[in-house]
Order: sequence, then structure tokens, then C-alpha cells
Amino acid sequence: MPRIVVDVMPKPEILDPQGKAIVGALPRLGFTSFSSVRQGKRFELTVDGEVTDAILAQAREAAETLLSNPVIEDVVNVEVVEA
Amino acid sequence: MTELPLIGEAVAVAAEPRLAGAKIGVVTFPGTLDDRDAARAVRLAGGTPVPLWHADNALGDVDAVVIPGGFSYGDYLRAGAIARFAPLMSKIIDAANSGAKLPVLGICNGFQILTESHLLPGSMIKNDHLKFMCRDQVLRVENNSTDWTLDYEAGQEITVPLKNQDGQYIADEKTLDALEAEGRVVFRYVGFNPNGSRRDIAGISNAAGNVVGLMPHPEHAVEVGYGPESLDGIGGSDTDGLAFFTSVLNKIVGANK
Repeated sequence: MPRIVVDVMPKPEILDPQGKAIVGALPRLGFTSFSSVRQGKRFELTVDGEVTDAILAQAREAAETLLSNPVIEDVVNVEVVEA
Repeated sequence: MTELPLIGEAVAVAAEPRLAGAKIGVVTFPGTLDDRDAARAVRLAGGTPVPLWHADNALGDVDAVVIPGGFSYGDYLRAGAIARFAPLMSKIIDAANSGAKLPVLGICNGFQILTESHLLPGSMIKNDHLKFMCRDQVLRVENNSTDWTLDYEAGQEITVPLKNQDGQYIADEKTLDALEAEGRVVFRYVGFNPNGSRRDIAGISNAAGNVVGLMPHPEHAVEVGYGPESLDGIGGSDTDGLAFFTSVLNKIVGANK
């Protein structure tokens, strides 16, 4: 069954405290090549049957209204992934 | 119902009988923790608390609403994000925005729910130090003309408990400037900013002043012997939070000073 993948990231201008903690932990494990980390969210919406334009539009609306908060986050990707 | 003081010799603050007719709804979501304390605070202030359930479709005849703290829906997705779409929330949003301007107070998770509902601007993200923090926190009352702060003096400093993980208030600079210019920063952290909130903001209001949200917990500072600085049980700032509730009760019965 196809899935619609929605990726949400904290807005660039907002400090991401979790990403900051992760970038602090990386060098302690020897991963020294990374100067910053930002942590986002990935949602997978499973669709029973074909992904129509209407269903994709619904997913985009859900991404903007529930899955992300536009004050602090951006929806950076909405795409269909076949199973 | 009369509240017995929890400490034997301590005398409960005398509630005024004329306030008892004012009904304040206290909303419970799955994961709400502080609804009992909020209801108790309403009673100690002299009002009548009315339990409200998130799945209800009607507000009944309440005169005001408290959205208490906790972890509604386990803070899944974002703090307050799922609670915001509960059936009762749409009634609360309508009533708060209506001509009647229903007074609404959001405490901690309740504040997060109010920002997710767009009743208040901005949002909360994880504390800048990433840890859960619990402490007695000094706040300055920056605006004593909201429905929930009428019984405070402007500039008064109060101490109430603070306990949160996602308490860092953020908004864009334009929104922050507008909040400051319109006097809608209601509370500011004093002495120590516990979570990295922009401009030390602890609580804000909507333009009309009927909707107020804050991260610290006034409902935990309403009882002699059980608030901050309660070592001797008397004379501290144990009951600094009580005026939130007397403010709105007096407003409802038309008796603010």
C-alpha cells in the first residue's frame, strides 16, 4: 500500500535545543566531522488504495494544520512512496 | 463545600460567600494532571469549580474556564497539539472570541494548548537547557488589567511553583514587539529565566485580556503551608497564586476594586 511521507523541520531561525544536544554528543563518540545537527520529524501516512490528487491535498492540509505548528516548524517535504 | 486547612493551626484564607455563585469550568484531557489542584484553587478562592471533560460538546453555564497543566496526550506530536482539536476546545475557542469574552486561563500545558489553538500567539519549545525543571519561581505582574490579574498590583512580584520541560516561549520579533507594545506580556520571570523564554516572558494575554496563559503554576500556591516558602507555614508567599482566581471571580460577580 502506498504511503505519503511528510517531513517537518524546526524553522531555520529557531534554535533547536535537541539538535544542539546531539551535536554536542557526536564528538564524544569520535564523530568529529559535523558542525551542526537539526532534528525534525517524519510522518508516514498509509493510504488504502491509490493516492489521488484529493488525498494528496488532504495530506498537505493535515501537514499544515496538525502535523506541524507553523510558528515553529516548516513542512519541508510531502511525497508519495510506493510500498 | 468547606475546605479544611491542611495544616492544623494554619487558617485558610477566608473566601467571600458572594463569590460562590461564580462557576469556573476546569477541563480534563487524557493526561491532565493538575485539574484537581485547579478545582481546589477555585474553591479556596470562593468560587464553584465545574469539572469539564474534553470530549463534551457543550460548556454548560460556566462563567470562566481553566485549562490546567499536565501532559495531555503524553505531549505526543507537540505539547498541546492533539488536545487543541478536542470537541470541547472548539467551544472554548468560540466562547473566548465571542462578544461575551469568556475568561480562559491556560496553565503550563494549558498555555501550550492555547498557543496551539491560536488563542494566544507564539509557541513553546523545549527548555534551552533540555532538562525538566521544578522550582519556586519569582514572577513580576506586568499587566494587572486582565481578567485573571485584576487583584494584583501592577509590578507586584509573586512566587509560584514552576515545573516544565517544554517551557521556552518563542515568537518572532514582530510578534514580541507587538505583545510588548500592547501590554500583553502579563508575567515576566524575575532574577532567573528558567527555560530561555524570549524576553523573560512567563505569561501573555490576548488583546481583550480575557485569555491568559502562563507556564508557572498559580494553582499550586493557594494554600497556607503548601505554597513556596512554606517552612513556617505562615507569612511566606504560600498563597501568591490565589489572586488569579479571586480576580476572575470578582470580575464575574462585578466586584473588582
